[in-house]
Amino acid sequence: MFDKKKIDELKKEHERWEQTTLLNWIRQSNERKNEFRNSSNMLIKRLYTPEDVQGLDYIRDLGFPGEYPFLRGVHATMYRGRYWTMRQFAGFGTAETTNKRFKYLLKEGETGLSIAFDYPTIMGYDSDHPMGKGEVGICGVAISSLKDMEVLLDGIPLDKVTTSMTINGPAAMLLAMYMVVGDKQGVSREKLGGTTQNDNLKEYFAQKLCIYPPKASVKLTTDIIEYCARHLPRWNPISISGYHIREAGANAVQELAFTIYDGISYVESTLQRGLKVDDFAHRLSFFFASHNDFFEELAKFRAARRLWAKLMKERFHAKNPRSMWMRMHVQTSGCTLTAQQPLNNITRTTIQALAAVLGGTQSLHTNSFDEALALPSEQAVRVALRTQQIIAHESGATNTIDPLAGSYYVEALTNEMEEKATEYIQKVDDMGGAIVAIEKGFFQTEIADSSYRYQKEVDDRKRTIVGVNDYQIGKEEYPMELLRVDPEAEKEQVANLQSLRKTRDNRKAEEMLGKLERSAEKDENLMPAIIEATKAYATLGEICSVLRKVYGEYKELIVI
Amino acid sequence: MQDGRKIRVLIAKPGLDSHDRGAKVVARALRDAGMEVIYTGLRQTAEQIVETALQEDVDVIGLSILSGAHKTLFPRIMGLLKKQGLTDVMVFAGGIIPEEDVSEMKRLGIKEIFGPGTTTEEIIRYVTDNLPKRD
Repeated sequence: MFDKKKIDELKKEHERWEQTTLLNWIRQSNERKNEFRNSSNMLIKRLYTPEDVQGLDYIRDLGFPGEYPFLRGVHATMYRGRYWTMRQFAGFGTAETTNKRFKYLLKEGETGLSIAFDYPTIMGYDSDHPMGKGEVGICGVAISSLKDMEVLLDGIPLDKVTTSMTINGPAAMLLAMYMVVGDKQGVSREKLGGTTQNDNLKEYFAQKLCIYPPKASVKLTTDIIEYCARHLPRWNPISISGYHIREAGANAVQELAFTIYDGISYVESTLQRGLKVDDFAHRLSFFFASHNDFFEELAKFRAARRLWAKLMKERFHAKNPRSMWMRMHVQTSGCTLTAQQPLNNITRTTIQALAAVLGGTQSLHTNSFDEALALPSEQAVRVALRTQQIIAHESGATNTIDPLAGSYYVEALTNEMEEKATEYIQKVDDMGGAIVAIEKGFFQTEIADSSYRYQKEVDDRKRTIVGVNDYQIGKEEYPMELLRVDPEAEKEQVANLQSLRKTRDNRKAEEMLGKLERSAEKDENLMPAIIEATKAYATLGEICSVLRKVYGEYKELIVI
Repeated sequence: MQDGRKIRVLIAKPGLDSHDRGAKVVARALRDAGMEVIYTGLRQTAEQIVETALQEDVDVIGLSILSGAHKTLFPRIMGLLKKQGLTDVMVFAGGIIPEEDVSEMKRLGIKEIFGPGTTTEEIIRYVTDNLPKRD
């Protein structure tokens, strides 16, 4: 991109500046630190110039929006055409309570739903399972059967709204419930749009909500990808997730690399089903976190797009450009929120959300300022949604495509992110793939080390967290009423579930569970049998325990 | 350290929530501070936690919970400890425990609750300074 002669001239000028102007300045007043690093431990230079991006070839490395390598965005007009989907993760109490929150969010201008399930549901337990006592409806909505899903989605037109479901181990069961509610609304399956997270690999080293051993879980993930490729053309069968990897303590490069590696693994497992890459790759979607280091984050999003496009083209020989698109959802970072001076979290969230928008995301969740203390209150959720709306409508950041492209720093950082992630990918390839890396504790150790390093930096005050290790105030009052989930919700949910078990056709439910078990033993795609069991109102816990019987349960590999 | 014996700490995660970042950081920090740390992983029942405490003859238990189920789970753990005669074991807790629940949790016998923003040094110091006397 740059003339060799001009670069040589620049190099000389740069040296001259360092010896004169800079040196004179530094003699009088030193820099704040000896070295500056980002979360990924990359050394950040004092100044970036064309020297740092001299190898850049615009057409090869950046290209145009909507074209390979998609660095500048997956769509030709990006936010000049349509804003990202504003999708707020929500769920608590019973299906009825959450249905009300969904309707509130849609009324306030949210453009897509995102369901948070409670821990018993996520772990494949019914609401009356002893392991779930005290947890029903607390961190999400309790969904034990099709009946609950019918209440949850009551009055929400599934042909108009797309829905994201944060569910992994029992993803097939929740997707089946959603499809059956769609059937009952008369929405054809071709029209059903949304996403199941369904990324089971990251569960073993990041989110850690695993039910079955890794091989069985990847089988279930792949069943959904295969089934959707054949029957649900508008559904994203998976959201390959870095968010949890990051929240568990990984740095930005590790988040990028491990997520992409999981993506590679799912492409491979689906190819083994006999599908062609262009039959399903266009429906794979991604999910990343956005932290406070603004440039590191937006460089990460840009690098992710280019890296994925290259892998799809070169490693998997995709022909359809859509198979090379990395479409992503971003959530601002929960673990950067502070319990101290919680209103400051609005500022943190704004910076993180802006990085996601400048990084070209397709969908965004902004956290609420009170989330280090409790599930968000209605007012806090509204401020979070308004933050997105202000960025969209008022900031002007959406008027041109990929506005930070060409910044020496941003392009150099984007390149470095990609290089470092590629090194990790090579390492895991050499190890023998993601499952081997999990079994060896490789990802777990990498994440635990980064997490510990980060905490030490905070404790040693090498890293300032405003309001936590600097700029503290004394005892503080919470600025507002926090949301408390009604403890009666658990009782109500358990009573509803027990009444369902009495009123449904139990013979039919048993029969379908038996069919599912035989299907699992024969190693068939389990989606059809799960859909039939769901229709017969077999509960989530019953379906998951059939599979627990067939596959066994995962025992955690503990890495401190 | 007492009588040349390292302080033995059990870090435990009761309930279903899988947020183990804090628990692991605290486990590692206590270990680096010279203590013997036992971390038993996610989703431990009250019975498993108390059984481990008994088997491992620990001086201290650190409970970590972020799901909001502490009001159900902590009373069960504290009740079982009492039943097993482990009243000399010091119990502290951390995670997301709202201010308004703290006094109730302390009445159960939990010595201290460490919320978000606590440094690992604070926890190490607390454990060292408040260690129960052993017979």
